[in-house]
Amino acid sequence: MMSYFLELTFSGLSRGSIYALIALGYTMVYGIIQLINFAHGEIYMIGAFVALIVSGVLTIYGFSGPAILILAALLAMVYAGAYGYTLEKIAYRPLRNAPRLSPLISAIGMSLFLQNYVMLAQTADFLPFPALIPEFDFMEPVAHLVGSAEAVIFAVTLLAMILLTLLIKKTRIGKAMRATQQDMTMARLSGINVDRVISSTFIIGSVLAALGGVLVGSYIGQINATIGFTAGIKAFTAAVLGGIGNIPGAVLGAFLLGLTEAYAAGYVASAYEDVFAFALLVLILILRPAGLLGRAVRQKV
Amino acid sequence: MRNLSVLSLLLLSLLPVCSLAAEPIKIGVAGAHSGDLAAYGIPSKEAAELVVAAANASGGLLGRPVQLVVMDDQCKPEIAVNVATSLVSAGVTAVLGHICSGATKAALGIYKEAGIPVISPSATTPSLTKSGDYPNFFRTIGADDLQGKFAADFVVEKLKAKRVAVIHDKGDYGKGVADFAKATIEAGGKAKVVLYEGISPGAIDYSAVISKVRGEQADAVIYGGYHPEASKLVAIMKKKRIDIPFFGPDGVKGQGFLDIAGKNAEGVYATGPENYAGLSANQAARAAYVKAYGKEPGTFFDQGYAAAQALLNAIRVAGSTNGATIEKALRSSLVETSIGKIKFDQRGDAEGIGFAVYRVQNGNFVEVK
Amino acid sequence: MALLRKALLTSIWFVFLTLPFLAVRVNTLQNEVEWRWHSLFYVGLAVFLLSVFIQVGRQLRQRRPLRPAGPTTIARFGHRLLTEASLYRPLLGLLTVAALLFPLIFDTAQTNILVLALIFVVLGLGLNITVGLAGLLDLGYIAFFAVGAYTYAILNSHFGLGFWLCLPLGGAVGALFGLLLGFPILRLRGDYLAIVTLGFGSIAKIVIENWEDLTHGAQGISGIARPGLFGLEFDLAGTVNYLYYLALTLVIVTIFITHRLKDSRLGRAWIALREDEIACAATGIDPALTKLSAYAFGAFWAGLVGVLFAARNTLVHPNSFTFMESALVLSIVVLGGMGSIVGVILAALALVLLPEYLRAFEEYRMLVYGAVMVLMMLFRPQGLIRPAGRRYKRPTAGDQEAA
Repeated sequence: MMSYFLELTFSGLSRGSIYALIALGYTMVYGIIQLINFAHGEIYMIGAFVALIVSGVLTIYGFSGPAILILAALLAMVYAGAYGYTLEKIAYRPLRNAPRLSPLISAIGMSLFLQNYVMLAQTADFLPFPALIPEFDFMEPVAHLVGSAEAVIFAVTLLAMILLTLLIKKTRIGKAMRATQQDMTMARLSGINVDRVISSTFIIGSVLAALGGVLVGSYIGQINATIGFTAGIKAFTAAVLGGIGNIPGAVLGAFLLGLTEAYAAGYVASAYEDVFAFALLVLILILRPAGLLGRAVRQKV
Repeated sequence: MRNLSVLSLLLLSLLPVCSLAAEPIKIGVAGAHSGDLAAYGIPSKEAAELVVAAANASGGLLGRPVQLVVMDDQCKPEIAVNVATSLVSAGVTAVLGHICSGATKAALGIYKEAGIPVISPSATTPSLTKSGDYPNFFRTIGADDLQGKFAADFVVEKLKAKRVAVIHDKGDYGKGVADFAKATIEAGGKAKVVLYEGISPGAIDYSAVISKVRGEQADAVIYGGYHPEASKLVAIMKKKRIDIPFFGPDGVKGQGFLDIAGKNAEGVYATGPENYAGLSANQAARAAYVKAYGKEPGTFFDQGYAAAQALLNAIRVAGSTNGATIEKALRSSLVETSIGKIKFDQRGDAEGIGFAVYRVQNGNFVEVK
Repeated sequence: MALLRKALLTSIWFVFLTLPFLAVRVNTLQNEVEWRWHSLFYVGLAVFLLSVFIQVGRQLRQRRPLRPAGPTTIARFGHRLLTEASLYRPLLGLLTVAALLFPLIFDTAQTNILVLALIFVVLGLGLNITVGLAGLLDLGYIAFFAVGAYTYAILNSHFGLGFWLCLPLGGAVGALFGLLLGFPILRLRGDYLAIVTLGFGSIAKIVIENWEDLTHGAQGISGIARPGLFGLEFDLAGTVNYLYYLALTLVIVTIFITHRLKDSRLGRAWIALREDEIACAATGIDPALTKLSAYAFGAFWAGLVGVLFAARNTLVHPNSFTFMESALVLSIVVLGGMGSIVGVILAALALVLLPEYLRAFEEYRMLVYGAVMVLMMLFRPQGLIRPAGRRYKRPTAGDQEAA
């Protein structure tokens, strides 16, 4: 009984870390420009694909082990950042003053475009992803509960959250982000290059998503052009759960979502795990309409 | 937007002109070529293209070139209806498709009224042939009830499992097989189905379901679905040291599973059409694919290739493009295809494809006697 | 020139972006990498030319002498077209004749596709109430559509109820679900609403897939009866034409009712809610009731046309009711211009017919579709037709007040 519960808990936490890495990007972008970036999941998928392609090329040219992991991850992050930056520049920036729903539709269109672009440029098949994360020996005794890959993902997520929070609180660009989040016009008047801040936000979010893509690809062992969509929806749910725009909230929401799904699958039925996840969401939003850690925006009359 | 409607009206007015060129024999290819089920529809399309290219290279069919009319239905029934009416309007002689049972069912009524024979490489819902409602429907794949029963019998009789966990992917293919396996086990009384769960394809992690498998002390897993999820499941089972037999349907038996699951695939069982890997026809088909595309063919390629071969052969034997004659030829004429020598029975199922059980040994599927 | 330099830099950037995807094919069979440099060349060239084109266009527009601010000639003409009776009556007449004659001119396939487009017109008009008029972002609208379709499917296959009986039933069940789903989310704002409604859409699909006994799960319910006309049997062409005229009638009825709703008290309450919820409450309109009614009315149309959808396909299957369909309907409303009926109709026709006519592109179809969605938003973010506010002419002595 207890070990079953533990198994489910670890399973939930590892799911949660994966959602968290992607949710961080979602929540950052939303915090700054109130846009649900539906194409964020595709950036995650692009990161995974770049890593796969790079590691494939490197393997054929005779590289090995850690070099592949580092190079693949680095290039994945670089490319994801580039794609995120371009995405913002082409599809969202021109619509900054448009009615609220227009960038949303643009995001959906870009999501469709990117997904099909990868499908056509590479393949629609499922591709095996090399296990780039090495198995650590010290994890042996608990390997059946928690594997090395999951531990790495968990650690990376926590690290990312801490670094991001430090970035936002302590650095200049973080301050600029907070200012832009509070009031874009005033930020501009104070001399902040708002365009640059927004681009940076997108880049950071995309880099994190790419990292997630590489780690998750190694963990699951396969990728496909369609993985971005489901991951995106789950991550977005997690971000909203925790209070969208709030970084620790996104991580908290992600873990909560992962655990709920795991317990629902374990104790009720796997088919209904999404139902429980959304029911949880509705419940939390009824009790706290701004999410768990979200601050209710005061409505000015 | 007005420009668009003008443009579309112009395009529409061109359609009747295009169909005047009645020389080529038109064959429709319908299935999911985009969207999340594209990986299961594209190999059959590519197979049809290869077969037709070969036929045209050697003089065509009945002295006429063969032309494929490829239409994507994304496995959505409403689009399948669009595709069906479009193909009928385009004057196709026969249709290879559709890929998903739901889409096929939606479209069959339209083909039936138009008298067009349909051969599907992957629509496995038994009622499509068993109900007798669609005399124009044929398929080159075993129906769910056959596969499910086969899997259940093997697991209970040969592997002597007493507590079986049945997992499916909630799709019409996977769930169909799983349901029949479950029904067979329960009817047999020798074993119990201790777990019956559906997983969502594309989810990040299935450890919860696998933990449940261990929790219920199952001694075998029967899975209904395709190779991506199967790979994830066996990987988690290996990780959690759950060392029980895993049994998948023919959606699992393929190079794709071996590639993705890697060493986790060792020991996995799968059902598949009998004996065809050794057939020269099959090897020739696969070689042609590798030559054209530089990679291994995907799911349902063999069945798609066989369907195209059977259809072209039937048209040749029938000597005409009349639907009823072609249907008769399909039922009477034995044809050498990439899955063996087959013909179709009264109801439309392919005869001559039995099932065999395969097991992964040293990275390859080996038949288990 | 700076222009050429910018174009060059842009094209280099895109070549960089597409490099791993277009130029590299890892062939694990032969263990070699296939480098496709030519595709990079095409990308570079295309982007270079495009960049030049866009920049030149921008410069030309800047150099043009300042025009007085105001709508362009086309926009003014379009506006006149929509408001002046002498112009739009004949246009309406022409459209009616064209619509009635459509099945006689074009073949069954085109008519069948148009039936689907008309179904989505009704869906767009329904969602227009919830999103366009009342401003409530609903990303799971397709759930109500599914409910209507399955209501007919279940009642027909289990109890043998006919199409005409089920049509209003479907609408009623849809409205009921609209109310049920509206209750828990009354307090939510904006994008929180979006994700929850998205959740509802997902849940609907999951429940359909799993509640075997009722919905046959992933098999779908097939063999649904097509609507009959006093017991007459139709062949395929006849059925499709019949469905077409049915759909057309439904569309006209929907247009009529939603148009009247817009100008009614309830409609104005919805618009007030959309513009400013607090001000709306301050004027004495109950926001909760208004929101609920917006959901219920919107859901009613979805349920109603769901019945027609089931009848057209003779099969209902969970694959027809995914997030993509919700997104499609939402795009229709946004593209059409929030609250504008004519805009929604045009957008629905465009977005549903486009993939069918893009089949010429074959495998690039969905790619082009996504790009078109983005481009439509970039070039006309406010939608095709911005609903013009009511115009009141200042009455001069002796003049009749124009509507």
